[in-house]
Amino acid sequence: MSASTPLPPDAVVSNDADPAGWIVICTLEDIPPLGARVVNSARGDIALFRTATDDVFALLDRCPHKGGPLSQGIVHGASVSCPLHNWTISLHDGNAAPPDEGCVTRYEVKIDAGTVSILL
Amino acid sequence: MERLKLVMIGNGMAGVRTLEELLKLAPDLYDISVFGAEPHANYNRILLSPVLSGEMTLNDIMLNDVDWYAQNNITLHLHSRIASIDRRARQVITEDGTAHTYDRLLLATGSNPFILPIPGKDLQGVLTYRDIGDTNAMIAASGQYTQAVVIGGGLLGLEAANGLKARGMNVTVVHLADWLMERQLDRIAAGMLQTSLEARGLQFKLSTQTQALLGDETGRVRAVRFADGTELPADLVCMAVGIRPNDDLARAAGIFCNRGVVVNDTLQTYDPRIYAVGECVSHRGIAYGLVAPLFEMAKVCANHLALMGIGRYQGSVTSTKLKVTGIDVFSAGEFNGGADTEEIVLHDAIGGVYKRLVVKDDRIVGAVLYGDTVDGTWYFQMLRDQHDIAQIRDYLMFGQSHLGNAGHQGQNSAAAMADEMEVCGCNGVCKGTIVKAIKEKGLFSLEDVRKYTKASSSCGSCTGLVEQILASTVGGAYAPAANTLKAMCGCTDHTHEEARKVIREQHLLSIPAVMRFMEWRTPNGCASCRPALNYYLLSAWPHEAKDDPQSRFINERAHANIQKDGTFSVVPRMFGGTTSAAQLRRIADVVDKFQIPTVKVTGGQRIDLLGVKKADLPSVWAELAMPSGHAYAKALRTVKTCVGSEWCRFGVQDSTQMGIDLEKTFWKMYAPHKVKLAVSGCPRNCAESGIKDVGVIGVDSGWEIYVAGNGGIKTEVAQFLCKVKTAREVIEYSGAFLQLYREEARYLDRTMHWVARVGLDYVKQRVLEDAAGRRELFERLLYALQNETDPWEDRARGALKQEFETLSV
Repeated sequence: MSASTPLPPDAVVSNDADPAGWIVICTLEDIPPLGARVVNSARGDIALFRTATDDVFALLDRCPHKGGPLSQGIVHGASVSCPLHNWTISLHDGNAAPPDEGCVTRYEVKIDAGTVSILL
Repeated sequence: MERLKLVMIGNGMAGVRTLEELLKLAPDLYDISVFGAEPHANYNRILLSPVLSGEMTLNDIMLNDVDWYAQNNITLHLHSRIASIDRRARQVITEDGTAHTYDRLLLATGSNPFILPIPGKDLQGVLTYRDIGDTNAMIAASGQYTQAVVIGGGLLGLEAANGLKARGMNVTVVHLADWLMERQLDRIAAGMLQTSLEARGLQFKLSTQTQALLGDETGRVRAVRFADGTELPADLVCMAVGIRPNDDLARAAGIFCNRGVVVNDTLQTYDPRIYAVGECVSHRGIAYGLVAPLFEMAKVCANHLALMGIGRYQGSVTSTKLKVTGIDVFSAGEFNGGADTEEIVLHDAIGGVYKRLVVKDDRIVGAVLYGDTVDGTWYFQMLRDQHDIAQIRDYLMFGQSHLGNAGHQGQNSAAAMADEMEVCGCNGVCKGTIVKAIKEKGLFSLEDVRKYTKASSSCGSCTGLVEQILASTVGGAYAPAANTLKAMCGCTDHTHEEARKVIREQHLLSIPAVMRFMEWRTPNGCASCRPALNYYLLSAWPHEAKDDPQSRFINERAHANIQKDGTFSVVPRMFGGTTSAAQLRRIADVVDKFQIPTVKVTGGQRIDLLGVKKADLPSVWAELAMPSGHAYAKALRTVKTCVGSEWCRFGVQDSTQMGIDLEKTFWKMYAPHKVKLAVSGCPRNCAESGIKDVGVIGVDSGWEIYVAGNGGIKTEVAQFLCKVKTAREVIEYSGAFLQLYREEARYLDRTMHWVARVGLDYVKQRVLEDAAGRRELFERLLYALQNETDPWEDRARGALKQEFETLSV
């Protein structure tokens, strides 16, 4: 996996995946609490969410409804509300809250000493 | 931990609804067992009439089947009657002698039909009409016999009579009072109802007392004898003279009863371990027989059973709708009126329409509708909200439907719509889909219908139609939520007004502080309450409360409008709709440089650049070097103007300059919703001031100010506020009006919604009559706007750039 777009100066990025495949993306501070950042990847944009309790989750940045950018939604609890039509998506499993039905791809995240990595 | 044991006696709608609400709040708190005397699981008792008339079957009206109980780990004992309650041992004892222990007991025993104490009441063929057993017995009898007499001309009696008639019987309704449904209808409406039922072949004997039921040698009823000595042949008699709360068990167990099990506002009986809900209850001296109040009880009771301890049931105002297909009757409140009430009546005997509203002190206190009940829910809502009708009195009688409304083929009456016609133009939902969902999912509230079908969940313009469909499908069970008591969202039971009050009185400055103080149920709210609280904090404590960007919708966070493909649109501000060659050149250059695909002139006299990538926004703003148009915000949008006296041969005032001055004073003003202004230079009104939040019209001697208009979902013509002489006054009066709206409206209320609720008289009192108060309002607005910066300029200079930058792998 290699970076294809120019990097913003404040992003901490490493192209050296560790043996298990974890890719370092940024620090926890780079994501606003109850907010998100967009990560450009070869698989499409990935939304990196940070909750009030400093848990970080990664979902494909496409709402299962009409493809809305979930990264732009409002984060509450461990969910995000899509900015286009207000579907609520669980950050834990990527499932839409009933009665809506749908699921978005989720990626593993780990935080080591304030550094956020994801597994693609 | 050992779970508490909750036992429920009775398996009807109120009880099961309580369990549903309880499971939502505390799914693991109790081991629940339910004892139901009937052999069926929970069905929709309101829909017994269509079953009797053959329009539906038992399967159609099931709300919770036995699988539901199993899925929720509820032990269901069907066909199992409780014989007694042993409060000391905390046990209920079934008729076969087994005892079951409880920690909490919920009584939901419902009501029994009242049986007239007359000779012959126990004969074969004498039935009541209360449950599916009665209904099946009547259906069976209708196949075998021909002469039916229904005793009781109330709601239930008429539905029974109509059903039996539909099953082919000759039916006579015997009624003690002088007219039908005397507790819901006045004489005129009842007369019209009787005429149309007679046209269907029903017969009536009013002002008639039943003395005895006479039997034949086999012990079956053969005739009814009346007090005047006359007799009427009958081989089926249905007694529908009323219901009596079933409080026998509670009474025998020594729990205080008084025509029902007496409960407090938390639905607790005199034994603190025992709760009661539904028709068996007497609350503040009233026993309710309609479903809407029972559901309100269920919600409160579940909250207390879940140990949450908030919420009180404070009684209900009820309305009635007759569920006889093709006949529309609606009644609510004190429809008889009194010495201190007035009446508005519309009576078209030939057309079969009768409407009577009882009004007291400019508030609706009662309503009777016959023939055209489309506006029943609207009147009922105003009745419950104690809405001031002084302003709309002139057209009140003609209903809500004549007002401008878009998106559903001009239809205002759901009854007139075919199943395949679209009700919700935003989400493409047809009438048939809604009816099906209501029946299949057992929905009773507008919220439920919105959740399951999406109908009326976007722009809301079809809310009235959806309410009509609900009302006609579930009958009297539908009650619109009282507007005044509406909780902000699922995160809290508090209302918008309560949140605003607490923020002001407790001087709260952050969202977490509000949520702590008001005991929010969720850790950090939801996408609906957080933006509201953020606005309330900022409007109550300008320069003190700190803005929380993560509690704003993306448009207000990115300062541009998100589009369906995730790109954004940019609308620079052009004060009063004026621009220049230099600005237009810069716009053209930006469009070329950033390859912006679409450029469009907006309805608000500005230019929209569509399809801008989020990462490009700060550079686009830097190169435009124009102020933010706030086209993305709940804030002042545009001030639309005509050219006015500077150029126009008809213009009498300089409307363009007036518009520029207003816009320069109020731009950067956030509000509960978007705010649009307009200024026209003469009464020809080319700037369309009549449909704006604040519309100003120049006349020879000064300016007229109109407020609370709207050209959107529902076209609403602005109302005349006042006439002033100078431009300075226009700004002060408009500002005071807008500040009052900013301080008192609910988040997402447009000015029209807010003024409709508080009344124009209130606005006039605060803005016109109280001159000192007006100046203070205006000063507070100017203070709030002081030092407010242009968000585009800040971000063009590099502020908050993280919002616009992406990361990469």
